[in-house]
Amino acid sequence: MSDVTHSGGVGLPSRHIGDEAAKRLKRRYAAEARFKFFGMAALSAACLSLLVLLWTIVSEGYTAFQQTHIKIEVEFSPDNIAPAGTADRRRLMAGDYRAVLFEALDRKWSDVTDRDGQRLLEGLFGSGAEVQLRDMVVADPSLIGRKVEVWLLSHSDVDMFFKGHVGADEASGGRMAARQVAWIEALRAKGEIEKRFHGRFLTGADSRDPEMVGVLGGVMGSIFTLAICFLLAFPLGIMAAIYLEEYAPKNRFTEIVEININNLAAVPSVVFGLLGLAVFIAFFGMPRSTPLVGGFVLALMSLPTVIIAARAAIKAVPPSIREAALGIGASKMQMIFHHVLPLAMPGILTGTIITMSHALGETAPLLMIGMVAFITDVPGGALDAATVLPVQIFMWADNPERGFIEKTSAAIMVLLAFMLVMNAGAIWLRKRFERRW
Amino acid sequence: MSLTLLFFVLLLLSATGFYMGRAAAVGASATTQRPLHSLSSFYGWYVLLWCGIPAMMVYVVWIALEGPIVELLVARTMPEAAATGNMGLALSEMRNIAAGITPPGAASAETLRAVEHYKWLSTIAGAALWVVALAAGVMGLAFARGRVSPELRARNSVERVLEIFFLIASVIAILTTIGILLSLIFETVAFFLQVSPIEFLFSTAWSPMLAIRPDQVGASGSFGAVPLFLGTMLIASIAMLTAVPIGLMTAVYMTEYAPKVVRAWGKPILEILAGIPTVVFGFFAALTVAPAIRDFGALIGLEIAAQSALAAGIVMGLMLIPFVSSLSDDVINAVPQSMRDGSYALGATKSETTMRVLLPAALPGIMASVILAFSKALGETMIVVMAAGIAANTTLNPLESVTTVTVNISALLTGEAEFDSPKTLAAFALGFVLFVVTLALNLVALKVVQRYREQYE
Repeated sequence: MSDVTHSGGVGLPSRHIGDEAAKRLKRRYAAEARFKFFGMAALSAACLSLLVLLWTIVSEGYTAFQQTHIKIEVEFSPDNIAPAGTADRRRLMAGDYRAVLFEALDRKWSDVTDRDGQRLLEGLFGSGAEVQLRDMVVADPSLIGRKVEVWLLSHSDVDMFFKGHVGADEASGGRMAARQVAWIEALRAKGEIEKRFHGRFLTGADSRDPEMVGVLGGVMGSIFTLAICFLLAFPLGIMAAIYLEEYAPKNRFTEIVEININNLAAVPSVVFGLLGLAVFIAFFGMPRSTPLVGGFVLALMSLPTVIIAARAAIKAVPPSIREAALGIGASKMQMIFHHVLPLAMPGILTGTIITMSHALGETAPLLMIGMVAFITDVPGGALDAATVLPVQIFMWADNPERGFIEKTSAAIMVLLAFMLVMNAGAIWLRKRFERRW
Repeated sequence: MSLTLLFFVLLLLSATGFYMGRAAAVGASATTQRPLHSLSSFYGWYVLLWCGIPAMMVYVVWIALEGPIVELLVARTMPEAAATGNMGLALSEMRNIAAGITPPGAASAETLRAVEHYKWLSTIAGAALWVVALAAGVMGLAFARGRVSPELRARNSVERVLEIFFLIASVIAILTTIGILLSLIFETVAFFLQVSPIEFLFSTAWSPMLAIRPDQVGASGSFGAVPLFLGTMLIASIAMLTAVPIGLMTAVYMTEYAPKVVRAWGKPILEILAGIPTVVFGFFAALTVAPAIRDFGALIGLEIAAQSALAAGIVMGLMLIPFVSSLSDDVINAVPQSMRDGSYALGATKSETTMRVLLPAALPGIMASVILAFSKALGETMIVVMAAGIAANTTLNPLESVTTVTVNISALLTGEAEFDSPKTLAAFALGFVLFVVTLALNLVALKVVQRYREQYE
């Protein structure tokens, strides 16, 4: 080709010896080290972001299981509630517990007489304190006419300040007046303000006041919704998987069904919400905001994933099992129900549980079908208006009040714990029952 | 609840059918001295199916159609509402009064009459359902019971029916797709009858909430969706810029470099990240990431919006990392070992092998995973709802606040909405665009993956 030749034998240095080559090798090794470092950095970044996320949630949320209470002596005077001896629940519920609280405030801080001061004192307690007093009397009407020392829920602003989430004044995020801070410090010195376990967060439903909210409404809504979703998606998914794996002829129709299932698994969840709104609510007139409709929508959404998981599990059962069953005279249906399905069941259940845990975290389609309503009762069935835990989280996250950040984070902790339990169950099933052939 | 009760009564009836059928078969076999064709329980199932299927079909169809039909009948008794064209409103008022949600105080005489009529019809319909469903069940039971004889091929019939059930179950996926398409298309066409498609696709003015008067049909606000499309693209692009390099490098590191311990820990951590609900990511974006980015911007003298596209995009990227990495992991693992060995034999380092052999060989699969991730980013809702805001800015500046298609779908539909206002219909038009685009992306990705699999199998 040209007159320049590179025959190594006649004294010219090889490409692989000498300074040039050593430098090149060094460069290549440096590039290798850099590449490996990038890989490690990427993995670390992913892990780190998970850690930061979890840390944010936990550090904001763990305090929500305790709430700041203030010790105060109240008198359940019959004037404000009902004559002593009344057992009628309705009358007890209608008592003026705000007045009970205010009288107690006047006694405890008898030196505060000015209008502003009284207003600030009242501001130490939210509506939660009144509800607490009411519940006490309803539970035990003999309290009427007696003086009792009680620990009452403080206002969320006090709670945030006492827990140290915010400073006192507005500059540091707080909403306390200087006099309120002084009262709180005085109470602290006397041991009359403290954080106490707050069971209401686990047993209550939604509320306007952060100190009164609870997750049980959302949790029950989620349970009903998931139950409906499971009852629909699990049998249908298995049946469809059996058909596609054991019966379907290889033809155009089967191909379309398969492509369809794969595509449906990747349709954005919000589109399923539109489907639910247009078909279930507008066309069939099913009740809005109910776990029933939510379960239907989530079932349609999870069905493709359940089918895919069930097919994989059924496919994993070796043909020899099928042949043995058919060989001793089982019909095809008997072979499936007596041999293939029991062997595939752990795999199907694992896949289904993981799909259900995804459905549990799903929010967007449930917004469309009205599960975003403000509901202060714990739903009692699939036909009650309800919200679900992730939607509850979304609504609290939207609330500008500072106290809700803590509650939102704690609700997320509950949601993640819920999902953790489900996934642990799936892993246990896999470990316990999965067979390899 | 009488409907639930009926459901269980029907179940009980079917169960009775099972025992009757089985007993009848055994009895017939004993008296005629002929062996049964099938196992005795199949005769039980035979009668159960004959009893249960018709009864349940009546039950389901009745429940699905009762509401609309009763309303249709009630609507015919309301000439005033029909004359003013407020039928939908009048009917929903009537429903609310009947359900006791709103007090009847302010309602017109006609509405009150309709309420009475509605309640009466509903009672009749409820009672009729019991009669018809039970009759269907009993008739089916009697018929099947009469057919039971030792010669009856009960197993074959039962298995045939089950097979049809299986087929129906697998068709539900298709029905879902058709349902999605039909509901989206109908509402979208209704929308385009009120708002021109040209405006929707090419105008940059988006303000659907500006209804000046409620009766101003088609003139409530403007529906130019370009800022939404741009915002969606912007946020999805930022998400991809975060997720693809990190996800891909993670996959490469996990498949080629990581020691066993790191793999054993890394995989589950990525799975946890993949399992975190998007609403949690959204909260994280709004609470931590967005303020952090804004503070950082303030530090270096940049003004960054409180709900910047950057924050939403980055957090969405975090969400997509496990998605990209697990899909890429699979395709990189699927490259035959011989190709690696060949490259090492020529003296290439691991990184050279990865960059010049593995990634090119796995490129189609990686492209597919990137496309799928992009389609997921376009359809992601909660993160953007919570972190991206609703301001429809036509901008490609990631530091400003933008809005997306999904944010507006949920904003337009959350809360009570009338079904014929362009505001509601616009959500369906947006949903239609989203569905078509993501469907196209998914189809392309699936095709690519299929091709790629064939290449190495």
